[in-house]
Formats: sequence, C-alpha cells, structure tokens
Amino acid sequence: MSTKGKVVGIVANLVTIEVDGPIGQNEICYIDLSGVKLMSEVIKIVGNLAYVQVFESTRGLYVGCNVEFMGRMLEVAMGPGMLSRNYDGLQNDLNKLTGVYLKRGEYSEALDPEKKWHFKPSAKKGDTIIAADWIGEVLEGWIPHKIMVPFNYKGTGTIKSIASEGDYTVHDEIAVVVDENGEKRKLDMTMKWPVKVEVSCYVNKPRPFKILETSIRTMDTLNPIAEGGTGFIPGPFGCGKTVLQHEISKNAEADLIIVVACGERANEVVEIFKEFPELDDPRTGRKLMERTIIICNTSNMPVAAREASVYTGMTIAEYYRMMGLKVLLLADSTSRWAQALREMSNRMEELPGPDAYPMDLPAIVANFYSRAGFVTLNNGETGSITFIGTVSPAGGNLKEPVVESTKKAARCFYALEQNRADSKRYPAIDPIDSYSKYLEYDEVREYLDEKIEKGWVDKVLKLKDILLRGKETRDQINILGDDGVPIEYHIIYNKAEIVDFCILQQDAFDKIDASTSLERQRYMVNLILDICNSSFDFDNFEEVNTYFKKVINQIRQMNYQEFKCDTFNEMEKDLNKLLEEKRLSEFSRREQLMEEVLDEKRED
Amino acid sequence: MKTKAFQKIYTHIENITKATCTIKAEGITNEEMAYVDGRPAQVVKINRDYVTMQIFPGTQGVATNAEVVFTGKPPTIKVSDELRGRFFNAYGEPIDDGPPVEGEEREIGGPSANPVRRKQPSELIATGIAGIDLNNTLVTGQKIPFFADSDQPFNQVMADVALRAKADVIILGGMGMANDDYLYYKAVFDNAGALDRIICFMNRTDDPPVERLLVPDMCLTSAEYFAQDKKMKVLVLLTDMTLFADALSIVSNRMDQIPSKDSMPGSLYSDLAKIYEKAVQFPDGGSITIIAVTTLSGGDITHAIPDNTGYITEGQLYLRRDTDIAKVIIDPFRSLSRLKQLVIGKKTREDHGQVMNTCVRLYADAANAKTKLENGFDLTDYDQRCLDYAKEYSKKLLAIDINIDIDKMLDTGWEILAKYFTKEEVAIKKEIMDKYWKG
Repeated sequence: MSTKGKVVGIVANLVTIEVDGPIGQNEICYIDLSGVKLMSEVIKIVGNLAYVQVFESTRGLYVGCNVEFMGRMLEVAMGPGMLSRNYDGLQNDLNKLTGVYLKRGEYSEALDPEKKWHFKPSAKKGDTIIAADWIGEVLEGWIPHKIMVPFNYKGTGTIKSIASEGDYTVHDEIAVVVDENGEKRKLDMTMKWPVKVEVSCYVNKPRPFKILETSIRTMDTLNPIAEGGTGFIPGPFGCGKTVLQHEISKNAEADLIIVVACGERANEVVEIFKEFPELDDPRTGRKLMERTIIICNTSNMPVAAREASVYTGMTIAEYYRMMGLKVLLLADSTSRWAQALREMSNRMEELPGPDAYPMDLPAIVANFYSRAGFVTLNNGETGSITFIGTVSPAGGNLKEPVVESTKKAARCFYALEQNRADSKRYPAIDPIDSYSKYLEYDEVREYLDEKIEKGWVDKVLKLKDILLRGKETRDQINILGDDGVPIEYHIIYNKAEIVDFCILQQDAFDKIDASTSLERQRYMVNLILDICNSSFDFDNFEEVNTYFKKVINQIRQMNYQEFKCDTFNEMEKDLNKLLEEKRLSEFSRREQLMEEVLDEKRED
Repeated sequence: MKTKAFQKIYTHIENITKATCTIKAEGITNEEMAYVDGRPAQVVKINRDYVTMQIFPGTQGVATNAEVVFTGKPPTIKVSDELRGRFFNAYGEPIDDGPPVEGEEREIGGPSANPVRRKQPSELIATGIAGIDLNNTLVTGQKIPFFADSDQPFNQVMADVALRAKADVIILGGMGMANDDYLYYKAVFDNAGALDRIICFMNRTDDPPVERLLVPDMCLTSAEYFAQDKKMKVLVLLTDMTLFADALSIVSNRMDQIPSKDSMPGSLYSDLAKIYEKAVQFPDGGSITIIAVTTLSGGDITHAIPDNTGYITEGQLYLRRDTDIAKVIIDPFRSLSRLKQLVIGKKTREDHGQVMNTCVRLYADAANAKTKLENGFDLTDYDQRCLDYAKEYSKKLLAIDINIDIDKMLDTGWEILAKYFTKEEVAIKKEIMDKYWKG
C-alpha cells in the first residue's frame, strides 16, 4: 500500500504534508484538490513532514487535502513516437492538451498508445542480453529507432521469445526475457527512467575527437565544439543569444536536436513551432521538425516544472544516444533553471550562497554538464550528446554564480559581447574572450588535419593572433590618434577587421550567408590569411582605411553568393584585381617588426 | 465590504506586522481574498490552522479584535463589454462615479496560454515614429518596455503609440502613477475621442503601494476577455513596472524572505514573467500587446528590475536626449525589438533590413568619430561625414516627434545615405543597391 498524507501548510508552491508511512527524497506525489490532482516532488523530509514542491499553481489549496505518494521519482516514458513532439517540462504532450490555457492537473501521455509501429527484430530467441542492448527497430520518421532492453534491466538475461516482424503498438509485448535466476520479464517498446539519474549503460566515454559542424563560422573555424562536447553561451539580453541558438539548431550536423526552452519567452518557442516544420534540413532534405523534439517550459509556467525540464531533455537525449545517434541538446536558458533552484531554496529557508543561489549550485551544474559526452555502446557503435546551454547573467556580469559554475563545467565558452551587438557585428561572440578547449586536444588536431587540411589548427591560431593584434592596435589608435601611430598600425588593424567582417560576422537572415560549409570555411580562411600575410603599399592612413573598406565590401558581397557560382567567380576575379593594385611582392619588414613588438608586449 | 449571511467572522488576530496579519482559522484556501477590518487582504501562507494574510492597504490601526471575513475565492473581476470607457481602482471598483460592472466573474492571474495554441505574431503595429517602426518594429502580441529615466517623456510617447496603434481596446494599468500623469492620459485619450476604447485600472501615488500588485492581473484578465472571447486587438499599457517590483519587495520583506539581488525577491523573474507572458497572438485574430514602462535610476540597466525585465520582454526601447539636435530620440543602439524580424522585409519593403542595419552601423561610426573629436584628435574626411550624417539621421528619423509611414522612412534613409556616403562605404547587398541607391 502506498503512503498517504495530508496537507498541513502552504507557502506559494512549497507545500508541507504530514505523512503516514515511508517516503523517499525526490519521490513524486499527487495532491488531490477536489478531484484535480496536482503533481509534486518531495524536496525535504523532516520527521513525518514532507516538504514538496508543487509543479502547478497552489491557488485554492487548503489544509487537509489528501495526498498520495507514488513510490517513484520523476520519470520520463521513452519509446517510439517522441520525435517532432512538443512536450512541457514534465513530458506532457502540449498538442494533446485541450483548451487555449493550460489547465491545472491535466496530464497527457507522452507516447501515443494507439499508433502501430512496424517492428523488425534484430535479436533472436536464445540471445543473451544486457541492459540497453538492441533487440529490434522501428522506423520513427527517418530515424531507425532501436528497441532496447530497458536501461534498468539488471544482470544478464536470455531472450525467451521475440515478436516476429509486424505492426505493434508501443505497449504490445515484443519480447520475453529470463534472467539468471529464471525470472521472466515481458518487454514492450517503452521504458521509464528517472530524469535525475544518468543513463550509464554504455561501455565507456572516451575524449571527444570529432568536430560538430554548426556551419557558423565563428564557432566552426575559430572555436569549434566537439561532437559529444559541452559549451555555453553567456551574454546580456539583446545580444542575440536566442538567434544564435536557433541558428545552431537549424544548421548543426546532428541526427537529432532537442531544444529545451527553459523559462524563456513563449513567442520564441512559437517561432520554433512554426518555423521548424517549414524549414528544410539540408542533410536529409526533410523538414527540420522531423529531427527535433521540443521541451518547453516558458517563463510563465510553474517554476518547479522548469527545473524538471532540463533533466527531461537530457534524459530523452540519453535515450537516443543509446541508439548510436548524434544528439544535440540545447538549453535556453540555464540561468532560469538556476533561478528555479534559488526560488525553492529560498522558500525552504536554506542559508543562501552567493547572490542567494543555493550553495551546491556549482555541483548541480557540473553534474548536469557531465551527462553529455561521446560514448561507446555495448555493440561497439558510438553515440553522442553535444550540449550547449545559454546563460543569462544578471546585468551581463560574467562574474555571477551561474556563469562561474558553468565555466568550470563546460569546455567551450562563447561570450556574447554588448559592444559587438551594439555595432550590429553579429553573431556577437567575442573572438578574443571566447575559447574552445577542444583545440588543445591532440585527437581534435589530428581529426581536423584529416577533415579540413593539414595544419588547420595553426591557421586558426594565426587568425586569433591577427584579431588580438587588431584589438591592441585599435586601442593604441584610440589613445594616440590616427596620425599618432605608424601607418602599419592601421594596416594591422584593418587586417583584423577583414577577419571580423568577413569570417566572424555572418548574416543569420540571409539564405546563403546563414550557413557555411567546412569546405567554404577552408576557402575563406585561406583567402583571408593570404591577404593578411601580404604587405600593401600606402601613402597615408586614410588611404589604408578606404582601401580595406573596399576589400571588405567585396568579400562580403561574395559571402552573399552561392559558393563557386558564376557571380562568385566574377567577384573573386574583381577581388584579386583589387588586391593586386596595392599588394607588394614581399612581406614588409616594418610590418613584421611591428607585429613582433606587439607580440612581445603582450608576453610581458 | 460585503458580508454574506452565515459567514463566519473571526475576531481574534494572533500576529500583526506592517503588511500582514495571522489568525487561527480552518478550511481556508490558498490565495483566497479576505477582508480584515474592512480592508481587502489575500491569504499568502497557511501553516496548519494559522492563516497569514497580506493586507493591501497596510495594517495601520488594525486591532487584534478586528473583524476578519473570508470570501472563499481568489481575487476576481467581472468582465463584459461594460468595462469599456471605465476607470477602476486596483480592486476593479469604479472610480468614475459610474455603476459597478456586471458580467462574468473571472479569477485574475489565471493560467498561461498553451504555447502550441499561440500563433506567431506577424502583424505590424505602425506608430509613425521612425525610431520604432524603422529600427525596432513592433508587432501585435509583443511585450516591450520603455527603459527610461523618470525625467524622460515616456508618458507622451506611450500615449502617442497607444493612439496610433489602431487597437480595438486600450487598457491602461497605472501603478504608483502621479495624479497629474493620470489626468494627462485621461485628457489625451479624451481629446483623441478614444475614451470608449479605454479601460483603466489605477493605483495612484496616494494609494497604498501593495495594492499595485493587483493592477497588472486586473488589466490582463480583462484583456484576455476582449482578445480571446471577442477576438479583438488589445493593447495593454503598464506604467510603472519598477514601482510594481518595489511593492513585491515590500511584501517579500514582510514575509521574512531572503532577498536576492538589489533586495528584490528571488522570485522576481517569475513574478514579472507571469505578467508579461500574457502577451499573446491568438490564431483567430485576437491579440494582447503589452507596452510597459520601467523607470531606471540614472540609466542603470544592471539593476535587478530592468535586468530581469530585459530577459522576459521581447526587446526594450530607450529614450535619450540627443544634445546635437536638442530633441529626445529613440536610442538606436540599445533599443531592440526582438520580433521585428517577423515583419521586416516581409510585411515591409525588401530593403528594410539592410537600410536599418546600415544606418545604425554608420551611426556607430559617428559615435566613434565623436569620441575622437572629444579626445582632441583630428578628424578624417570620413569621420566628418559620419558626424554630419548622424545629425541628419537623428533629426529626420530618430526623433520621437516624427510621424511618417515606413516607406517614407526608408526613402529618407536612402537619401541621407547617398548624401554623405559612397556605395562602398554603405556596403549593402548589390541587388538592393542597384534598385534603391539614390546617388
């Protein structure tokens, strides 16, 4: 018999319940408010009092309401049919909920119980199996959805029977397995898993070595994220965080995208709802929505469910990773999640940590990020979850607790900068502060040598040098005045501007410029490095500025054209003509010296 | 206060603080309304049979034997067409000497709209102000605040926007509004002959601050009635949200909650989001657009209130006095309308996006040139042209007293660009350049 209880206290969505039996931390319970069941989670236990956070509004709740404990933690149900769905933070299918407004206590099944799937067995009677082994597959949209032995299956088992190829619903029995003790278990196509526990039935989690292409130049070229890697994007509001995340989700080269809209604006989620079913996925030629799952907890939905939403997203990602897929998980924004933690910690009157966040925030964040990764499965295949979270730091201050905690956990850092956004240099990722630790990985270097060209990482580091020198010369020019510095400073500065305007800046709203293939990025980097490695002949600094503005304009026009199309080739010829006007046959000794001086200064 | 027959009256108050009181009572529901000594109050905390209420007008003079009556329901408002043209206080009681409104009684602060039942906003709101229409185009179903210092003329701009926006219903929520401003709005709407489209919920500076907490919900529940039931375009004006947040902090302080940044409650983000997220575009044409005012202290946007607001709203508009042209302008750098992409170049001319960005980029160059000038450096010819351009751009397009249509704004943009710059300096996509360049 399950434990029961009665409500004895209410403050906002923190409810105190007097219980009559054993309960567990994080156990789920339902509060019965005149027939409406409100889902809640135990977050603290003191004697026979359970403190629960209610995932719904507590308006109208009164002392004495009956409560039923479920004996399990918050779980998600997984199986075929999750693709293209719009779930809320508790995995309710938003499309199935009736009414314009979200009614309290209305829950819907995550998987369609009626729909028939065409199942093809891949295991046979007598095979030994362990948790997460593939025993068959169904075609979910275009993804071969593996039917797996439930992740919570303990020990080794033997398949006693398995269904033959045919159409089944998710709850039809498809196999029977017996474990070492002779205990039988019937399997269907679904399984449940508690969201706060990592699915870890893989063989190992090696260091990531591949690059996940996003077709965003400032990421792929300058600070690439590895497949199975982690990254985060902090930035003040209005810097294009969300646009950037949308661009990543549209163009990234992943099998499956899970977008967790965590405490963000509803209209932005609606944008995904409406746009993704329209947009084509350049790789499969299908609609983007067919490889997308949206977990949506907008900012006005109950706070407690917001905390759950990121875990729901991660668990579903882990489920698909076990099928050997490349999953990209995006969470916008993890600050809202941290704030949800803060609100509950505050209601429970815990002693606050920095900025009133709970003391264990860094641990919670690190634990969550570590669930991403590249894994080897039981059968030797590989799967990955690449996780990118955004952080919305208060006042754009990168020293606040959520940014600091995340910085310790994530390997890529894409700092959005207000000044860049103000001057419309989008995407506003600061090229100098941002970093990707993956560039230091030998595995990644080797992979890039192979994939793009030999010595690629050195070229990237060269670009970073140019940008850094550009910034320094700009500072000097601002302090000393245009004619207070040698003309070479203007040249160095303008070369950095070429990198900035032509590689880093990318027009997300232009069909062609929005997405750049690695091949084209290679071309651009070589083209621009070639310009930067040349010397030019100028009489005065005004000439320098005018000339490089022309060069930048020409390359930008090329960016708007289809790669290697006729117009593009014409423009390339014009560019070369333009370059020949001023280019010197060899690299100027003076400029080289200037660069060395700058580099030395920096090292001091 | 309306007491019903057989209603239990409590007369023994256990605790009284500046804003709350606690009594022993049973069968009380969370967030239910009550009257303490005739003053409206709301249940905010229940601990076994101790019920804590927040008394909106404050607890001055409340005695421990004061009468406490519970209404058994959360705060409500009666909605019907009769609301139009009326002025109410924060409880929805008329303050214009008119009769009480009859209609369907609805709980305020109801649940949020299911995101999949929303439509992507796509209808442009033309305000005639180029700083808004050209650079930061507004869309129905959007929520956007003015970030302004108290001395800036945000009330005038907001009234202009409200009247030009062609909304079916305009709902004004005043929180801590000076009586003079209240009369200003009333006069402006009256002069424009728009009074029958106006509904007003008013908490003035002389009213108790905690009452303000009800104003946004009153406005938005009425707005939902018109937008969803009547499929109308509703514009909600909320001013001043900073004073609303101040009231939140007062309450949380009285409830002994641990304050987070800037002594605001930890739940500030959620509290504000619950209000702003009511902005919605319904598929059948009805919409709620929210334009709010968040006053800043000395332009500081890192303060918790504007900061949290910025993360919730779809952009923000800044007013700034441009000393070069002696006019107030919409600051093109920090202002942003996040939904503008939905209409720019789609509902407006194809060159809109490029003209907008180029103009602002060159304006940024002018700002750099100005810094140079201030630091005593010589200006290049380009710098000089940028400065001249900036003045004209500011005067002809950014100033808040502009009232022209969007095509005219774009033409003006092209004219100014051609006047000061060469084709290369403008660096706009070639196809568009060929079609519109006025050089």
